[in-house]
Amino acid sequence: MILPLKLEEVSFLQILHPLSLQIEAGPSTIILGANGAGKSVLMRLMHGLLAPSSGKVSWSDADVRRRQAMVFQRPVMLRRSAFQNVRFALEVAGAADADRVAREALAEVGLSHLAHRPARVLSGGEQQRLALARAWALHPEVLFLDEPTASLDPTATREIEAVIRAFDGAGTKIVMATHNLGQARRLGDEVIYLHQGRMVERAPVEKFFAQPATPEAAAFIKGELPWV
Amino acid sequence: MGLIRIILLACIAVNAHAQGYITMASTTSTEQSGLFKHLLPIFEKKTGIQVRVVALGTGQALDMGRRGDADVVFVHARPLEEKFVAEGHGVRRYEVMYNDFVLIGPKSDPAKVAGGNDAVRAFRTIFQKKAPFVSRGDRSGTHFAELELWKAAGIDIEREKGAWYREIGQGMGPALNIAAGMNAYVLADRGTWLSFKNRADLVIAVEGDRRLFNQYGIILVKGSAKRDRAQAFIDWVISREGQQAIAAYRIGGEQLFFPNAGS
Amino acid sequence: MGEAICAAAALVASGDPALVGIVALSLLVSLSAVALATLLGLPLGAALAVARFPGRRPIIVLLNALMGLPPVVVGLVVYLLLSRAGPLGDLGLLFTPGAMVIAQTILILPIIAALCRQAVEDAWVEYQEQLRSLGVEGTRAAFTVLWDIRFSLLTAILAGLGRASAEVGAVMIVGGNIDGVTRVMTTAIALETSKGDLPLALGLGLVLIAVVLALNTAAFLVKEAAQRRYG
Repeated sequence: MILPLKLEEVSFLQILHPLSLQIEAGPSTIILGANGAGKSVLMRLMHGLLAPSSGKVSWSDADVRRRQAMVFQRPVMLRRSAFQNVRFALEVAGAADADRVAREALAEVGLSHLAHRPARVLSGGEQQRLALARAWALHPEVLFLDEPTASLDPTATREIEAVIRAFDGAGTKIVMATHNLGQARRLGDEVIYLHQGRMVERAPVEKFFAQPATPEAAAFIKGELPWV
Repeated sequence: MGLIRIILLACIAVNAHAQGYITMASTTSTEQSGLFKHLLPIFEKKTGIQVRVVALGTGQALDMGRRGDADVVFVHARPLEEKFVAEGHGVRRYEVMYNDFVLIGPKSDPAKVAGGNDAVRAFRTIFQKKAPFVSRGDRSGTHFAELELWKAAGIDIEREKGAWYREIGQGMGPALNIAAGMNAYVLADRGTWLSFKNRADLVIAVEGDRRLFNQYGIILVKGSAKRDRAQAFIDWVISREGQQAIAAYRIGGEQLFFPNAGS
Repeated sequence: MGEAICAAAALVASGDPALVGIVALSLLVSLSAVALATLLGLPLGAALAVARFPGRRPIIVLLNALMGLPPVVVGLVVYLLLSRAGPLGDLGLLFTPGAMVIAQTILILPIIAALCRQAVEDAWVEYQEQLRSLGVEGTRAAFTVLWDIRFSLLTAILAGLGRASAEVGAVMIVGGNIDGVTRVMTTAIALETSKGDLPLALGLGLVLIAVVLALNTAAFLVKEAAQRRYG
């Protein structure tokens, strides 16, 4: 078990002020906030793509390679087929029986019929589903998602949310950044609200939306833009 | 680094199959006359030895011999050749053949020297009239002969040259091209002139002077790694068979080179 | 000009074995140089694009500048190295096609490496984060990107091929323009020009251009087909 993930006084340049939090196994966590609040930076610090300017990021197990994965807002696919893209990730991880696992992952997200299509000619929604398949193929404990539907139309968004819900149900810990309130309510169990680089509130999702504890969160929920 | 070594070895291997060849440094005028295309296949058919010709100016050909990059040098500037042997770079000089130089000039003949047979007088006149003159300027045998003629005419060309004297630092072909383009006089070997196709308004102005005599010599390079084959070639060139082959070479019915080995 | 086109047509129609030999040698030398320069230059360019080390930027500037290496200077340096009087003289490579390949490889290596570096650096912006997230780093990441953009790299390789097949300075000096052994299209053109046979020289020039055009067309078609296949 690599969870819980502990952040101790972690900061990043001027974007994220020192914050401490702990991510536990189980409930899906939504990182909520306006554009520029620091969601993406926080996600990358947790995933390990960025090193904090100060503070410490520590998992409960030293070896977290391949046990946590991330899906970005815009997926980057290699110039190969959908199947080969998933297989590539498995090869890198040294997974056994890569062909079979790749096929299963594609089936899981409903892309089996496009397995041998060049990945780059797929639609935005299909590529994002492919990214999910690629991330999930290694059966990570934690799946980070950085605004995965921000570039997609409503239909594609629904498809992605369905897949995420399925992964959540299968036991994968979901940590997702979004500025979409409806999505947060649909997919989240708890909310961490970021405002201008600070963690301002953390609460179970229903409580957060029904009774926000802070004025900034209340304003955000009401849809007002906080002027800096 | 290992990769580079492998590549070098591959290049060498590709070349290794080409056994039985020697490298001869000769002059551009000799090659462009077409003599080698006629002569060398005869030798190769007889002995199986391929003679690869690198054509440069006489000066550069001798330098190539000094560096050891050629097995044989075949040029036409006797004092330079004798110096080459005296310096210890060549084994021995053999006379092979001769032809002559001709003074080429425009049909319009601005210096009024056409039709004569006194090369030295022609040079003096060209100098006095400041008629346009193209010099090889490239340490070739022809360039060397040209300088000797200026000397014989009592002119210190290095000091007294002017805008009329164009030194181009290139071979006989380019020199003739440029002379044709500028309507200038130029000293050329008869062989190149006979096979030159871009004559424009150029004609032979002066010929037949003893001092236009052009002797060719062949020398075995001392450091050659292919001594036996190189000597075999030299022996053949000065043999009756080789000399006859040289005499047999003609352009438009005219003989270009006159064998005189052993004379 | 008309004479030149007729000369070119006559040359090609005659199937003159000397001409065929010259064209074949030109292709052999230039394509070999391109192959070698690609083998060495692509990893070099990719490494330079991806790695971070002190002196990286001056090296990039130097590499870009070396794209403009004068062929005749390269020829001279290689000549001095391969001459019997020089350090590598015992290899016996001077005045052989091998020497010409070496000289041309040195000449076009900076072109292929520098253009590759630029292409990889541009692609790196797109790929780096995702690859790191998947656990692909360092050399493996560089080669993954290199392979993924391989059809764009074709442009860099064609630039190298163009330079190699067009140059005369390097192959003239290290090859010696020996009839039947190291005479290629460009040195043959130089020779015919200096002999005053301008129509023939121009004719040979047209043949050379036609050959290079054919190679470029083939490369273009390959690139198009790949684009359709891989997206």
